[in-house]
Amino acid sequence: MKTSTREFADVTRDETSLRRFLHGLPGVDAVGVEQRSAGLGTRSIKKASKMHAIDLAISMVDLTTLEGADTPGKVRSLCAKARRPDPDRPEVPKVAAVCVYPDMVETAVAEVSGTGVGVASVATAFPSGRSSLRIKIADTEFAVEAGATEIDMVIDRGAFLSGQYGRVFDEIRTIKAACGNARLKVILETGELATYDNVRRASWLALLAGGDFIKTSTGKVSPAATLPVTHVMLQAVHDWHAATGEPRGVKPAGGIRTTKDAIRYLVAVNEVAGPRWLDPRLFRFGASSLLNDLLMQRRTQLEGHYSGPDYVTVD
Amino acid sequence: MSDRVTVAKTYKLYLGGAFPRSESGRTYPVTDARGKFLANAAQASRKDLREAVGAARKGFGKWSGATAYNRGQVLYRVAEVLEGRREQFAAEVAASEGVPQKRAQSLVDTAIDRWVWYAGWTDKIATVLGAANPVAGPYFSFSVPEPTGVVGVLAPQRSSLLGLVSVLAPALAAGCAAVVVTSQNRPLPAITLSEVLATSDVPAGVVNLLTGHTAELAPWLATHADVNALDLTGAPPELRTDLERAAAGTVKRVLRTPAEEPDWTARPDIARLRAVLETKTVWHPMGA
Repeated sequence: MKTSTREFADVTRDETSLRRFLHGLPGVDAVGVEQRSAGLGTRSIKKASKMHAIDLAISMVDLTTLEGADTPGKVRSLCAKARRPDPDRPEVPKVAAVCVYPDMVETAVAEVSGTGVGVASVATAFPSGRSSLRIKIADTEFAVEAGATEIDMVIDRGAFLSGQYGRVFDEIRTIKAACGNARLKVILETGELATYDNVRRASWLALLAGGDFIKTSTGKVSPAATLPVTHVMLQAVHDWHAATGEPRGVKPAGGIRTTKDAIRYLVAVNEVAGPRWLDPRLFRFGASSLLNDLLMQRRTQLEGHYSGPDYVTVD
Repeated sequence: MSDRVTVAKTYKLYLGGAFPRSESGRTYPVTDARGKFLANAAQASRKDLREAVGAARKGFGKWSGATAYNRGQVLYRVAEVLEGRREQFAAEVAASEGVPQKRAQSLVDTAIDRWVWYAGWTDKIATVLGAANPVAGPYFSFSVPEPTGVVGVLAPQRSSLLGLVSVLAPALAAGCAAVVVTSQNRPLPAITLSEVLATSDVPAGVVNLLTGHTAELAPWLATHADVNALDLTGAPPELRTDLERAAAGTVKRVLRTPAEEPDWTARPDIARLRAVLETKTVWHPMGA
C-alpha cells in the first residue's frame, strides 16, 4: 500500500494500522444524527431562495439511466434532456452529467461533448461488484477509453463487511489509477452496510484511497440514499477537508424524487459540510425522475400555478 | 352516574387512501344548522390540494385500467358499506342541513340509490355513447368513450350527501379519479363517506376529499395543469367566471352548472357521465 496523503501516511501503511484507524473513528450517535437530519429537514425555503435552490439542484443532477433495457435512442434522448432540461426555458441550467452503463458511454459522449455536461459511467461489475479485479479494471478502462469523464465504482461490500479493509483500499486505489483523468466516485452501497459506524468507516476508507466523491448507493438496493446516511458522509468530507485541505464530494443516489427532498439535502450540505459544497463539483444528485419534479416546481414558481407531468418530457 | 364527557372529534383529510392532517396544521369548527358545535374539520391548504392531485394521478391509472365490470362491482361494494352506515349518515345530514330526521333518512336512501344507479352504468355507458360509424371508405370506424383523467370537483355547498354523491359517483363510474373540495360548512357526511371509501375496495388515490375553504382552494384546482376536468357545482357565484378563465389556461373540460343548486332528488341522467368522458375514434382498414 502507498500513502494517499502525507497526513495519513502512517494510517495506510498496512492493513493493521488501517483497521486501527477505522475502528478508532468516533462512533456515530444514531439517535442524534437522525434527529439532526430530521430537524434540518423542516427548514422552510421559499420564493427567491427556493428558486435558487431549484436551479442549483438541477445543475447538480447526474441524470441517470441504468436499466437492462437501455438503448442508444434512450441514451440520446436523455442527453438531449441533459443539455437543455426545459426546452421552453433556455435559461434553465444544464445538468452536471449523464450517468450510463459503460457500453453506452460512446453514444453519450457523441451527444454531449463540448456542452459542459459530463459523462459518468458505472464500472467494476456494477451493481454487485462481484467479479475479479482484472475484470473490474478492464470494465473501468473500457469506459474511460470510450470517453467517460467520471467513473462510478462500487466497493466490494463482502470484503468490507468481513473486515478486509486493505483489500477494499487496494481495489479503490487500483481503479483510481485506471481512471486516468476521469474523476472517481466510490459507491459505498450504504443500504448493505447496516450501521452508521460502517458508513463512516467506508467513507474514510474511500477518501483515504483517493476517491474524488463518495456516493451512497447504486439505486438497485433498498434503502438507497437517506438523509442521516448523507449526513454521516458529509461529516466525513468536511473532516477530511479540515485535516488535509482537499475538498472531496458527496453524491446521494436513489430514492430522491421530489424537489422537497432535494432541498432538504441542500440544507444538510450547507449546514454539515459548509457553503463551499453547494457546488456541482462537490455535490451531486444521482437521479432520474427528480429532474422532472424540479422542472415542474420551477414552472410553478414562475407561472403561479401547479404544473403537471404532461408538460415535461417523458424519459 | 356522572355525566359522560363527549369526545369532540377533529377530522382529517382523505388523501391518497390515507387520513393525514392538513400540511398547514389548520382546522376549523363545523357547526350544525343552528350554530351548535359539531366537530373540527381539517382546513386544507393549496399544498394539500397539490398532493391530492398527485395521488389522483397515481390512482387514475389503476382505476381507469380496471375493467368496467370490476369498477361496477367496487362501486356496488361502496353502496353496501353506505347502507351499513345509514343511521350515522342520517344523523349527520339532519344536523348539517337542519332537516327533520325523517327527511334526512329519505335523503340518505336516495343517495345510496343514486350510487347504485351510477354503479350500474359502468359497463353500459360505452354501449350508449359509443358507436360504429358509417364512413365512406374501406374502413371500420368506431368510437368509444374513455375517462378524461383527474376530475376536480367543487362539491355542492347545500346538499351535503345526496349532492356530493350525485357529483362524485358519475366521475368514478366513468373511470376518472377525483379531487373533491367538500361543502365548506357541511363537510361531515363527506368525511364519513371518505371512511366508507377507505374501507371499500376503491384503490388509494381514486377519491381524495379535502375539507376547507372553497374560495381558497378553487383557484388552485382550476389552474392546476394536471387536472383534466373541473366541476363548478359548488363554486361561489362571484368566482365562477374567474375559475372558468383559469381552467382555460390548461384546456380543461369545465362543467358549468347554474349558480342555484338543482333539486338533487330529481331523476338523474347521463349528462354528468358524458361530461367527464372523451370520445376516441378508431379507423381500421378493411379489405374490399
